[in-house]
Parts: sequence; C-alpha cells; structure tokens
Amino acid sequence: MTNQQPARIYIYKRYERFWHWSQALLVIIMMISGFEIHGIYSLFGFGQAVQIHTVAAWTLITLWAFTIFWQFTTGEWRQYMPSLINVMAMVRYYTYGIFVAAPHPFHKTAHQKHNPLQRLAYLALLAMISPLIWISGLLYLFYGDWTQWGLSQYLSLEWVAVAHTAGAFMMTAFFFIHVYLTTTGHTLTAHIKAMITGWEEADNPKH
Amino acid sequence: MIYINLYSLLSFYNTIYLIVERLAIMSLLRIQNLRQLLLTMTLLSVSLLSHGAPQTIDKSSVDSTFATNPKLPASTTDHSTLPALKGPFKNGPEVTKVCLQCHNMAGHQVMESIHWKWEAVNPLDGKKLGKQHAANNFCGSILSNEPRCTSCHAGYNWKDKHYDFTNQDNVDCLACHDTTGTYKKIATDAGHPLYEPRELPKGSGKIVQPPDLTKIAQHVGKPGRANCGACHFNGGGGDAVKHGDLDTSLIKPTRKLDVHMSPEGANMTCADCHTFNKHQVSGSRYTAKSKDPHGIDTPIGDDKNRATCESCHGNAPHKETVVNNHTNRVACQTCHIPAFARGGIGTKTLWDWSTAGKRDANGKPIFIKDDHGHMIYSAEKGDFKYGENVIPTYKWYNGTVKQVSITDKIDDTKILELNAVEGSINDPKARIWPFKVMVGKQPYDVVNKTLIVNHVYGKDDTSFWENFDYDKSIKAGMDYADLPYSGKYGFIETRMNWFITHMVAPKEDVVKCSECHTRNPDNRLAEIKDVYIPGRDYNRWIDTIGWLAVAGSIGAGVLHGTVRYISRRRKDNKHD
Repeated sequence: MTNQQPARIYIYKRYERFWHWSQALLVIIMMISGFEIHGIYSLFGFGQAVQIHTVAAWTLITLWAFTIFWQFTTGEWRQYMPSLINVMAMVRYYTYGIFVAAPHPFHKTAHQKHNPLQRLAYLALLAMISPLIWISGLLYLFYGDWTQWGLSQYLSLEWVAVAHTAGAFMMTAFFFIHVYLTTTGHTLTAHIKAMITGWEEADNPKH
Repeated sequence: MIYINLYSLLSFYNTIYLIVERLAIMSLLRIQNLRQLLLTMTLLSVSLLSHGAPQTIDKSSVDSTFATNPKLPASTTDHSTLPALKGPFKNGPEVTKVCLQCHNMAGHQVMESIHWKWEAVNPLDGKKLGKQHAANNFCGSILSNEPRCTSCHAGYNWKDKHYDFTNQDNVDCLACHDTTGTYKKIATDAGHPLYEPRELPKGSGKIVQPPDLTKIAQHVGKPGRANCGACHFNGGGGDAVKHGDLDTSLIKPTRKLDVHMSPEGANMTCADCHTFNKHQVSGSRYTAKSKDPHGIDTPIGDDKNRATCESCHGNAPHKETVVNNHTNRVACQTCHIPAFARGGIGTKTLWDWSTAGKRDANGKPIFIKDDHGHMIYSAEKGDFKYGENVIPTYKWYNGTVKQVSITDKIDDTKILELNAVEGSINDPKARIWPFKVMVGKQPYDVVNKTLIVNHVYGKDDTSFWENFDYDKSIKAGMDYADLPYSGKYGFIETRMNWFITHMVAPKEDVVKCSECHTRNPDNRLAEIKDVYIPGRDYNRWIDTIGWLAVAGSIGAGVLHGTVRYISRRRKDNKHD
C-alpha cells in the first residue's frame, strides 16, 4: 500500500537487553537442569544437573541484584505497575482482532513498553511465581542449615520440593506463552528484533 | 572447551556460594562486636584461600624429621634380645607366662575384653550379647562345639562350658601380636596352634609343621591386618563367609578395594580405627554408632574411639555443601562402599541348614562344588549361595539392634530377623546404612518356639557332622546347654543384618548421585520409602496439573498461531 519507511523507536536500552537475554539463557538452563533433577530425563547426570542448577541460580540472583538496582535508578520499575485500563481491549485483540489484522490496540513507547496484559502477566510473575520459586529454591539449597536456623520443625523437604516444582511448572508454562507472544508483532520477528537491537518498528506509523 | 569453562565457572560460583552461606550463618550467630567480626572475616578469608589454593607439602622435609627416621626403632623394646624369650617354648601358655612377667596387667585387661569373654552387654536394654548369647544364622552355637569354635578365641583351652575365664595364663598374646605371619591357631584345638607336625587336612598327605614359638615371641609388635583378619576375615567357617566386607583380600588390598587399608592408599591397620584402650576394642557391631555428631576426635579429652568415619573426617567432609547436607541422614558407608565382596572372594549370602545330611548311594556324605570352586552343597551344612560385588541392602539404623538370643521366644509364623535394626526418617538419630542381609534357614524347637543349640562338632555318636542326624545332635546340644527341648524341631527362615563398613572405595568409585536420585525402579534406596528423595519422588497432583499447564501453554500457542495463519491467508486471498 505504502512504501513509506516505518518509524523506529528506541525502546530497550542496552542493559535491559543484556539483562533480558542473560536471564533467558539462565532460565532455560534452569528449566533443563531442573527437570532433570525432577527425574524426568537423564542428560548431565543428577549430580552435575544440581551443580549447573545451583550455579545458574546464584548467577541469576547476582543478575537480579544488578537489575533491581537498575530498575530503581532508572525508574523503569514503573513498567510493572498494573493498570486495568484497556485490558479488555487487549483480550479482544488476542481473541479476535489479531485474526482479522485489526490494529494493535497498544502502542509501545519508551515510557510504556508493556501492554496492559503484559503488565499484569509480569506482575504475576514477579509477585507470585518468582517468590514461590526463589523462597522454595533457597530453602531447598540451604536444607542442611534448617536445624541451625530453627526451621526444621516447620518445614518438610517434600513440601519445599513440591512448592519448587509447582513454581517450575508455572515458569515453564509462562516461558512457552511468552515465546509464542513474541511472534505477535506486526511481523513474526518484530518483537524479537526489538529485544535484540533495542529498536522497535512501529507497526502503523499513521496512527 | 565449554566443559572446562563450565568447571571453572562452577568453582568460582562455589566460592561465592560458600561466602554467602558463611555470611548467612554468621548473621545468625549474631556477631556481638567488631572484634569478633574482624576475626570472623579473617578466618573466612583464610578458609577461602586455603579452599582455593592446593596445599603442597615438601615431602623431603617431612622425611627428614626425627619421627620418620627409619633408623630409629619403632618400639622401646627389642624383644629378640630379651633373655626370658630365648625359649624354647612347649606351648602357647608358656609364652603368655613370660609376656605377663613384664606386661603384668595385660592379662587382666584382656580378660575384661570382648575378645576374651565373647560376651557384651547391650547398654540400651542390658541384654547379654556376644558370641556366647546372640543367635546367628551361620554355624549356630558355641555350646557343645567349643574346641572348633574357640579356634578364634583370644585364649587357649576353651574346650567346654566349664572354662575358667579368670586364668590369665590362657590368654593368647601371640594371635594378635605376632608380626612374623607364621603363628596360626588351628581349627580344632581350642585355640592352640600346632605343637607337633600334623597331617592337615586328614588324609591329604600334607604334613603341616608347627610354628616356631620362640621366633614369634621374639618378634611381637602391634597387630596388623593379618592378625585381626585371621579370625575376622574367616568368620563363619571360612574366608569371606560372614561379613561380606571382611575377607583375606584386605590383608594387602588394592586402593580400589579399600582406600584406607591399601598399601597404595593410607596403609592403615584395623586398629588405626578400631582403637584399643586397655586392650578394649572400639567399634563393635553390637553397639555400632549410627551417627557420630561429636565429629573429629582430638588426642586430649576425647574418648579415643576412632571407629566412626567422623572421628577423622568430621561431619562436613565434602567440598560441596549439597553433599554435606546428606551426612545427617545418610551414613558415609552408604555412598562410599558401592558394593561389598569386591576383593574377588565370594561371601555367603544364603545358608539353608534344612537340606543338610544327604548321603549318596554308598552312604557317603555328599559335597558339591560349583564351577568357581564354591561349595554349594555340603552334607554337613546344607545349601549355600555366594555373592561377589553385591549391592548392599539399605535400612534406617538409629543405634538400636534387636538381637535375638537362643533362649528367646520367637514368632515362627514369619521370617525371623535375628538382629533387626531400628530407625526411620522421624528418628533424628537414624541414618540410612548399608547392610549385607544374610538369608538363613535353621533348626528351631517347633513346640517351645525357641532357636536351638545344635551339637555339630565332636568325635562322638551324637554330633551332626559325624552322624548327620538332627534328632540326636539337637537333643545333645540342648541337653549340654541345659535348655528345655520338646524333641520336635523344624526349620525357620531367618535374616541377619551385617553392617557394611569396610572396603571403602576411593572417591572416584563412590556411588553416583543418580543411583538414588532417579525414578528408575532399580534405585538403590527403593526400599527407603518414608523420605522424599529429589529425582525419585514427586507429587502426582502437581506433576499432572503442571504438565497439563505446560502442554496447554504450548497447545494454546500452536492453536492460536494456526488460526492466525489461516485467517490471515483468507484475508490476503480476498484482497487478491
């Protein structure tokens, strides 16, 4: 229809992209090693899988320490504040509009990177799944210190492990949905490109 | 390359992990003042540095110290120069008399020991244990069979039940203190060695010469592996028969077989761990410690009992915290002894007395050997099975062994466990231990419901090994022991638990994590059901819902994407 060059906006800063992809790598490593620890398959061998999982966990904790600092110093934490406005528009888009090439109801800007549904999803991830995984995971890791910490009478390894597994399943389900949704930009790879280069091509510059 | 990088990364993060863990522990210890903090930080950095840097010891400097100077004699007494030991000696007790002239309290010490009394008292319930009282599913009872059984007594002349346990001249010093390797107590002479040449075994034409008691008396020293092994490697009537983790392969074991006792390893003797104090040995199976929270023993103020692994290795001996987390509930032996009977000598795993006594057409007792030379049937003893490289059976053990005595009332409706071990996940004293479970079938009194004393050995008309008649031999045994016998015997299936604690493998052969942390049904800990084992156990609900959620999320994407693809194509077609 038009040969006009799409407008490009810079959305993801360098640290943000570094954080995202290193976190993605670590999460994938932890899913692979974690499900081996869970007894689903044998890949590295249990002992090695535990080591890999532990190293990845500490690496991710380190990464998070920097990222939390970054979120607060840059004010980016506001990206995760939920808003119910236009949530229904997003739901309508994903259930109908996307099939009929309706315009995306949300326009990314450097100030608003996440659509309302994304905000809710990430908030759920941060407020529910992450604490579940991290608290159970760290308890798991420090099992040997429970007695010293006076926790033995309140905890059982089984329930800590089950909680951790439940979190892992939620995370895995999230992962697949997240990956699928990256293909819902105006081209299949638009979102992924943006996360690599930082630049997002606006889907419809006229609007 | 990736592999190497992964490892350096691992060790780097291991260090970070250690720092974080130590900081976490420190914060919990509530450091009271700055000085303490500084001290802790210093200790922390020192421990981390030492953790990272391999320690190198200059061997030459060690060798030149006085203690290891090979020219210095090991003992303060050269026994070969003592006039009292010039001999000649007619028999063992004569040697003992001379020993006791100088070591004048040694006899009294030995006479208080389990090696002399063959009796121990269970500190938990006061029950009498030891060879004199505890039932077993091997040879049976000492009573009425003394001259044969007491070939392993740390004494001489225990020929019958009227033995004088207070006569110190009967203490056998040489069995434990011979360093020449030539002193041998023979099987049938109530603890004596040969004093005259004798044809052994009878009818073989092989004449065995008596040991040179004078030479042996002049070369006494600390007990070595062969001294203890003469009895303990041959328990139950032959090499490797009884324990499973003790046999003659341990006299000079390879490092792979036993990392402690191997000359290529630490070259330790039995008594290095089973420390003797006043001739009392430590580390008896009757009172085996399930767990040693005391940890590393120091020379002063400690109990000088080094028979637990923790006595030398402590409670957190591994570099990885995850592995140390196991030591509270898993005995060291469980991972560090991957299998028993690894020295090439089969151990007996089954002994069925009920089939004993068969004769061939000519009335001669039958003996059958398998291809490996193992006796699999003996008219004297019944059917046998053997095992080599046997994976142990794992059980909880909290320090309590319920030992059955010959006089105990038994329940004959089920398999009788002669020394059941107790414990569970809920018992903080219990750890998972490895055992050799000996399967037995042995005679008992079907009316009185007790085990019996069987008179097996003796040149008389009642002993089983001469007459092959249980009616006669059991009656003779019970009469001799002054125990009530109904006259009716049957056979009961029994089990015995033998602690597997020797043949510790080098670390590269340790049981792999995945041998217990697996859903595989041949999981080593398949029988330990009361504990959650990561990799083996899972919650069915969480797993079912979890996989549905994962499948759902993938399915939703595939479905959504397909609809998207189709609907877009239709739309595009319309435009054309």
